[in-house]
Amino acid sequence: MFRLTRRYRFSASHRLHTDALSAEENRELYGKCNNPYGHGHNYVLEVSVRGPIEPESGHIADVAALDRLVEEAAVRPFDHRNLNADAPEFASLPPTTENVALVIERRLEDAWRAVFPGEWPQLDRIRIQETKRNTFEIRPSSRG
Amino acid sequence: MLITRRVEFSASHACFHPGLSEEENRALYGEAANRHGHGHNYVVEVTLEGAPDPVNGMVYDLKRLKEVLNREIVGPMDHRFLNYEVPPFDRVVPTSENLAKEIWDRLAPHLSAERARLHSVRVSETEDFCVEYFGEAPCSV
Repeated sequence: MFRLTRRYRFSASHRLHTDALSAEENRELYGKCNNPYGHGHNYVLEVSVRGPIEPESGHIADVAALDRLVEEAAVRPFDHRNLNADAPEFASLPPTTENVALVIERRLEDAWRAVFPGEWPQLDRIRIQETKRNTFEIRPSSRG
Repeated sequence: MLITRRVEFSASHACFHPGLSEEENRALYGEAANRHGHGHNYVVEVTLEGAPDPVNGMVYDLKRLKEVLNREIVGPMDHRFLNYEVPPFDRVVPTSENLAKEIWDRLAPHLSAERARLHSVRVSETEDFCVEYFGEAPCSV
């Protein structure tokens, strides 16, 4: 079994805030990340797929097709954007990197079948670095 | 416990399948299909899995692992054109997947130790692209 990992980058701004809490509670919880005008990061996104090797190509996935999928679903919508204002998912969801990872997982899952209709490759892992010091990783459950 | 040793080598390769036309190779491999080849500073990370020996405290002697990696991988592949100089890549397309599997196959016979087994081989062509191979085991990586 193989895992293939590709790294992408996007730069975006965000503000951590939830309407479920008061202004004071938000400040208390999120600290500087709650500053009203927001701030930005150079996010690093790693997308891994797994599968067996295709004998014809010697690859487990068409990397150019993976790049197009990830760029359309998860890089272009966020790059040089304000996550709170420009990504509909974050209208009511605080754009913590945990939530960014979950949103990216959903976006990739939704677009997956159109690009990779077969059993393989499967989405194996999503990892996001908000900064070099903060990394978030999820392993989507089996796609069945 | 997992222990990992990293080595690097620089080599050129070209990804084209002799059974396909120039156009088909271009469509499949893109710029990597250029028959004159191109190069990478490959990074190979070899991970062994096992329990530390109760006496010496080691899963595997890293000095020995380093010797095996240099002898079996870096020596034969460093500053080579994989397609022309490193079998089986005269007949197998040297994608990172095939390279990871070849490295696994070269290492496995030398790394059988009582307390350790080969867990994975990771080959990075660039910082933005890597492939890991976990052996023939089915799907639980």
